[in-house]
Amino acid sequence: MLAAAGIGLAKLRNLFTVVMLAGVYSLLSAGLFTVMDAVDVAFTEAAVGAGISTVLFLAALVLVGHREKKPVRAPVLPLVVVIVTGAALAWGMIDLPPFGDPDNPVHHHVADHYLQESGHEIGVPNVVTAVLASYRGYDTMGEATVVFTAVVGVLLLLGRGAQGRRTGPEAGTGLSEPEAGEGGP
Amino acid sequence: MREELVLRLAAKMMAPFILVFGLYVHFHGDYSPGGGFQAGVILAAAFVMLSLVFGLDAVQRALPLWFVRSCAALGVLVYAGVGFAAMALGANFLGYDALASDPEKGQHLGILLVEAGVVITVFGVMTTAFYVFADRGRRKS
Repeated sequence: MLAAAGIGLAKLRNLFTVVMLAGVYSLLSAGLFTVMDAVDVAFTEAAVGAGISTVLFLAALVLVGHREKKPVRAPVLPLVVVIVTGAALAWGMIDLPPFGDPDNPVHHHVADHYLQESGHEIGVPNVVTAVLASYRGYDTMGEATVVFTAVVGVLLLLGRGAQGRRTGPEAGTGLSEPEAGEGGP
Repeated sequence: MREELVLRLAAKMMAPFILVFGLYVHFHGDYSPGGGFQAGVILAAAFVMLSLVFGLDAVQRALPLWFVRSCAALGVLVYAGVGFAAMALGANFLGYDALASDPEKGQHLGILLVEAGVVITVFGVMTTAFYVFADRGRRKS
């Protein structure tokens, strides 16, 4: 089903259908993550991928219209690039350790420490939260900053600044000040 | 969609539960799946739903654009602020152990606070993005 949704995404030209199908794809992957016991990831995928981003895509479609243009040429070169890259990745996968094997190196680098010590080092039962917010707190701060930077970009492109302001003095100043404050951390 | 009685009523009834669920996902993130990102998105989704049903203006009267835009910045500040607070108390940047008398309590408090920062940022960002897109689309049509 995931593969069918993916092929449909690439083939369809009506962007409205594509957005809906992307939502379906996200929900299916959320189900897949749940089956693989990654409940936190599944939660995020369902909320962000299937929920909010579908709405944002729809809002963007209002701006750009819902028909995709026909490509002018047959995409031969991209096809070659994709096939070569895919073959290289498949070739690289031969060297990977077997999937799901508990003895894989990736499970013994820091994962052991997190799983065994976080109980009394952090005292939080959900290890995912402990890793995200404490062991990897710096990364999560970067993530929050990335999300913030994204919205600064959206505001700069689509915000009221270019359109003539309606709300008064805060419309112009609100954009530059948070950015300046971001240099600190 | 102004005349759809069932939709309006359902949206009105569901909104508080969605908001409470968002807060639950944040505050219970230590014990169950969930955390700042998901909670922020759920909170934002409640307002997105309300503006789909009641129109953008009605929601923006309750939750103006400048407020959610400031939220986006405030959350990052809260996150970094916790980091600097830990530094001021003698630990490393974002070393939560120093935040309370007992390291475990400090970790708990620190995680809750930075996750609150994430909630505020994600909520602000998602709502701002939706407002801006919807506003632009309305103006074009």
